Amino acid sequence: MTTTDVAASPAPLDVGRIREDFPILNQRVHGRPLVYLDSAASSQKPERVIEAVSRYYRHDHANVHRGVHALSVRATDAYEEARATVAAHIGAGDASEVVFVRGTTEAINLVASAWGPSALSEGDEILLTKMEHHSNLVPWQLLADRTGAILRFADVTPEGELDLEDLERLLGPRTRMVAVTHVSNTLGVVNPVERIAGLSHDVGALCLVDGAQAAPHLPIDVEELGCDFYAFSGHKMCGPTGIGVLWGRTELLAAMPPYQGGGEMIASVRLEGSTWAAVPHKFEAGTPHIAGAVGLGEAIRYLDDVGLDRIHAHEASLTTYAIERLDAIDGLRIYGPRHGRTGVLSFEYGDIHAHDLATILDHQGIAIRAGHHCNQPLMEHLGVTATARASLYLYNTRDEIDALIDGLRVAAEMFGGVGDAPRA
Amino acid sequence: MSDSESKHAPNRAIPESLSSLYQEVILDHYRRPRNKGPLEGATHSITMNNPLCGDVIELQLEVSGDRIDRARFEGRGCSISQAAASMMTRELEGRSLDEALELAGKFTQLMHGERGLSEDADLGDLRALAGVARFPVRIKCALLGFNCLEELLGAEGAAGPRDPAGGGA
Repeated sequence: MTTTDVAASPAPLDVGRIREDFPILNQRVHGRPLVYLDSAASSQKPERVIEAVSRYYRHDHANVHRGVHALSVRATDAYEEARATVAAHIGAGDASEVVFVRGTTEAINLVASAWGPSALSEGDEILLTKMEHHSNLVPWQLLADRTGAILRFADVTPEGELDLEDLERLLGPRTRMVAVTHVSNTLGVVNPVERIAGLSHDVGALCLVDGAQAAPHLPIDVEELGCDFYAFSGHKMCGPTGIGVLWGRTELLAAMPPYQGGGEMIASVRLEGSTWAAVPHKFEAGTPHIAGAVGLGEAIRYLDDVGLDRIHAHEASLTTYAIERLDAIDGLRIYGPRHGRTGVLSFEYGDIHAHDLATILDHQGIAIRAGHHCNQPLMEHLGVTATARASLYLYNTRDEIDALIDGLRVAAEMFGGVGDAPRA
Repeated sequence: MSDSESKHAPNRAIPESLSSLYQEVILDHYRRPRNKGPLEGATHSITMNNPLCGDVIELQLEVSGDRIDRARFEGRGCSISQAAASMMTRELEGRSLDEALELAGKFTQLMHGERGLSEDADLGDLRALAGVARFPVRIKCALLGFNCLEELLGAEGAAGPRDPAGGGA
């Protein structure tokens, strides 16, 4: 799916109305109205989510799956209802396929730790891409160290897209796992994960999709995508921090040993050994982040009420506008493709380093990210050490893009002009 | 792009806090770094990076006896880290190892808001970086070069030169 050809245009978002849902946006930073362009790092929260978490703690909190008393029953119901909300939102066959974790990073670590050691032998291959976030790279490096498996990396084209031919070339009889990001957190490019899942299965490999940058922006249907694992974080999609989701196929989750041991995840415990609870609880040792799950459930209801198709259309139009305006600035270079992308805009502005840009913009109330975006191998591939990144969400406006453009002019003025970008 | 295109009322006054950070002398060292490039005959060498932002400084010294004859650097990163390294190399030449470490101590104090030091001539151009103290997240940028120096000389004190290969990070 692309951001540029939205078929039947849904009713446009009333962004002014949306912004009222996000109390944090109504403030001044360094004396200027806050312009929050860092949602790819973490999104802001609507009142409804803040209220749901608060209401849970005020009225319903106790430990889950433990007590027979009323509060424990209510807390358990709220937690399991959140699981059902997530399952329905991503088209999971059954709520038991939804494992609550701390976030995308933990979800991927869970698969690498629990699935990997028994599934891999020396010389088996894990296929990644050169655009993976460190969280979809380092867990596999650790697993390769433990098992003697080999990591392979599909290339990224000069335009900033995944080189699908290279990926196909690297698939082989030893490939056991293909782990790929749905949307790049640096390039914004949307990868054809449905096709990649099919190609993976053709060689008998599993396919894990890192959905951290996709789930906040695109409707997700895991059955349609055809992947085997899908991981995402709550805090990037209007939910609380510290809660995320691993979706996995029932038979795979059932066959995997536990990830951590403790309470909640057992069926029976004896001193000499224990038996495990059924999925998903087998993977949820200890008291979970109940309030986080409740908040994530509410965040998903909020996004569904607004409509991900409308959010997507709004972001697509805003992204097109932002690219037009940024492209018109001399010396500014945007990374990633012009089409088939989300509103993650990484750029470089002449010889003004990304950190200097971020400081100068911050003093005008504009929040962007600067650095390697936990994407060092990709940055090396692009020949840069750091980029500035503005990332858009449902609450951003054209006026805010204009503020960014004005802010960049201030940076140029401050530096007495813009020199050539240094190449790494 | 023309100004008339922008619906957002441009407010392009440069905030005072920013102009105190990005002084001309800093931008000059950033754009025209002094002592940048490899140092032939280096006796000490170290590369350090800031893992959070990717800034890199390689510092090379030529030390004879307990005196720094020459100091050069290589690096990539923001204006603050690169300008600070450039300024530092100029101030290091001719100092004893103890004096060099003393300078590192003074500069670190300046970064932590010791205003009195912004008048200390001993710091040379480095005084222009006094404004960084008001930007806590940027202090580590300014200190990267001196971190290299302290790592090179500090661990064993200024007493003896370390392994010429240096300790790379």
